[in-house]
Amino acid sequence: MKTLYDKIWDSHIVVPETDAPAILYIDLHLIHEVTTPQAFTGLRRRGLKVRRPDKTVATMDHSIPTTSRSLIGFDEIAANQVRTLAQNCKDFGIALYDLESPKQGIVHVIGPELGVTQPGKTIVCGDSHTSTHGAFGALAHGIGTSEVEMVLATQCLLQRKSKNSRVDFDGRLQPGVTAKDMILALIGKIGTGGGTGSVFEFMGTAVRGLDMEARMTICNMSIEGGARAGLVAPDDTTFQYLSGREFSPKAKSWDEAVARWKKLPSDDGAHYDHSITIDVNALEPMITYGTNPGMAIPLTGRVPQPQNDADAAALKYMALEPGQALLGHPVDVVFIGSCTNSRLSDLRNAAHLMKGRKVNSSVRMLVVPGSYEVKRQAEAEGLDKIFKEAGAEWREAGCSMCIAMNGDAVPAGKVAVSTSNRNFEGRQGRGARTLLASPLTAAASAVEGRVADPRRLGGLS
Amino acid sequence: MKFSSRVVVVPQENIDTDQIIPARFLKVTDKVGIGSHLFEDRTEFQVEKGSQVLVAGNNFACGSSREHAVWALADFGFKAVVSTSFADIFRQNALKNGFLPIVVDPKTHALLKPGTLVTVDLAAQTLSIEGGPTVTFPIDSFAKTCILENLDELGYVLKHEAVISAFEKSA
Repeated sequence: MKTLYDKIWDSHIVVPETDAPAILYIDLHLIHEVTTPQAFTGLRRRGLKVRRPDKTVATMDHSIPTTSRSLIGFDEIAANQVRTLAQNCKDFGIALYDLESPKQGIVHVIGPELGVTQPGKTIVCGDSHTSTHGAFGALAHGIGTSEVEMVLATQCLLQRKSKNSRVDFDGRLQPGVTAKDMILALIGKIGTGGGTGSVFEFMGTAVRGLDMEARMTICNMSIEGGARAGLVAPDDTTFQYLSGREFSPKAKSWDEAVARWKKLPSDDGAHYDHSITIDVNALEPMITYGTNPGMAIPLTGRVPQPQNDADAAALKYMALEPGQALLGHPVDVVFIGSCTNSRLSDLRNAAHLMKGRKVNSSVRMLVVPGSYEVKRQAEAEGLDKIFKEAGAEWREAGCSMCIAMNGDAVPAGKVAVSTSNRNFEGRQGRGARTLLASPLTAAASAVEGRVADPRRLGGLS
Repeated sequence: MKFSSRVVVVPQENIDTDQIIPARFLKVTDKVGIGSHLFEDRTEFQVEKGSQVLVAGNNFACGSSREHAVWALADFGFKAVVSTSFADIFRQNALKNGFLPIVVDPKTHALLKPGTLVTVDLAAQTLSIEGGPTVTFPIDSFAKTCILENLDELGYVLKHEAVISAFEKSA
């Protein structure tokens, strides 16, 4: 009896683990501008080629501008990095979705969108949020640049098997409560190191009821709980999402693929090293108050007493007091975007709340679609108009204010409600104070100019 | 690999990779001089040059996969970090750079004060504290061999070319 993780692991072993780690075959290598230049330098130094350019997909997302799709007049160091990726892809024969491509976007948004992310695959990328792709029942995790070089050269990775934890989300979500709140609740419970050494498998009725985009939000933040990868077993929702996508199998191959994918879910009685259950019936929208994603509380809760020096330092940085309510806390910036929450359903959720309302005059709101394709679809539905008429900035696709490498930053001392994944000190700009929340909570807070409960604005089902 | 050094201590738990090297310094295409930005926004850590061993709180280097975190620590002059646990991706990245993520129990960790003299012996997998105990630490056996014998992990996998090709044909 095997788990989903066991099955994918076993089917990708090129050389089994001995004293040395296993040599694991990689089906898909996603690359971007920030974590690859030194890897290509390494390949050139050794005179190596990219073994499987056909299994390598490149895009630009982290350090690019979102004000326009041109590098003219942009930060020269960042522009050089972006051009370096283009040159490397050209020299090594790798497909690149660059700023001129209608398929460009955040790497973890376009992989699924293109249909290159598929159940049962092993997927790596020099980015910790590669765990996102686990939503499709793919074993996907972040790697460092040395490993990027290894995968480019050999299409393999040296790996030891992780432990396997099951996370059951049982029950039914209440209106206004989303996948983002589920994953923040989990990390709040286990802490940022709770999943270290493990691969999560998310299951339970609440997970089955989620669409693919919501499942991606959950898997995306597995790494914030310390787990390199998070998995959801593929089901009809998965197959329906993938059907007809550019790189999805077609015709007879599709039927064969689905038959194969249907064998992936964990066997009944398969062994897990650890298990956690979260009842979502009583789950409320969640928000973070500190400087790591584990410092999360219900939106209606109060900032807890610090348990150690790090907690106290976090509260000092955030300028929050123990016992203080977060609802009503003044907000300066609202960011809707990132590989966690920048997909069409996220934008729809936010737009639904924003419709006919205005961004509070004290707030700067940025809406950054996860990909050019998300942007196109959102515009076709008129979501851009809702945001722009409300007074928000509607941007080009990219990582933007999640990592603040491109000039989209929260000023020092300012408070941002952000749909991204990390509230680390300085993550959204030096001195920035980040409160992580769902797109619904972010939109409600933009309207009120204070941390606000989306359930109080009404119209949620 | 054996060296002695007085330790520098950054006592906080959950020091993430953004603290080690902020994202604005990731726009480079090489590794040159990256150590000059180590802990750039955390001046209160008062990390000064001259030590080879950093001591940090639990769950060190959680967050991003950026290998720049290891490059920055190594370029600054550190050869090892001692903590009670490390984030998975950082641990992998560290070992691939011959940089030691040394895990000790909380009791041993508490003995490491700023300026404590320690000796790290990779072959013996020991950390000796001056005037205190010598403790053993776990390390991936393959990574240990690679570091001690200066073996190249990529070279090791490249030697399996025939097996990789056979795997690709059978898949």
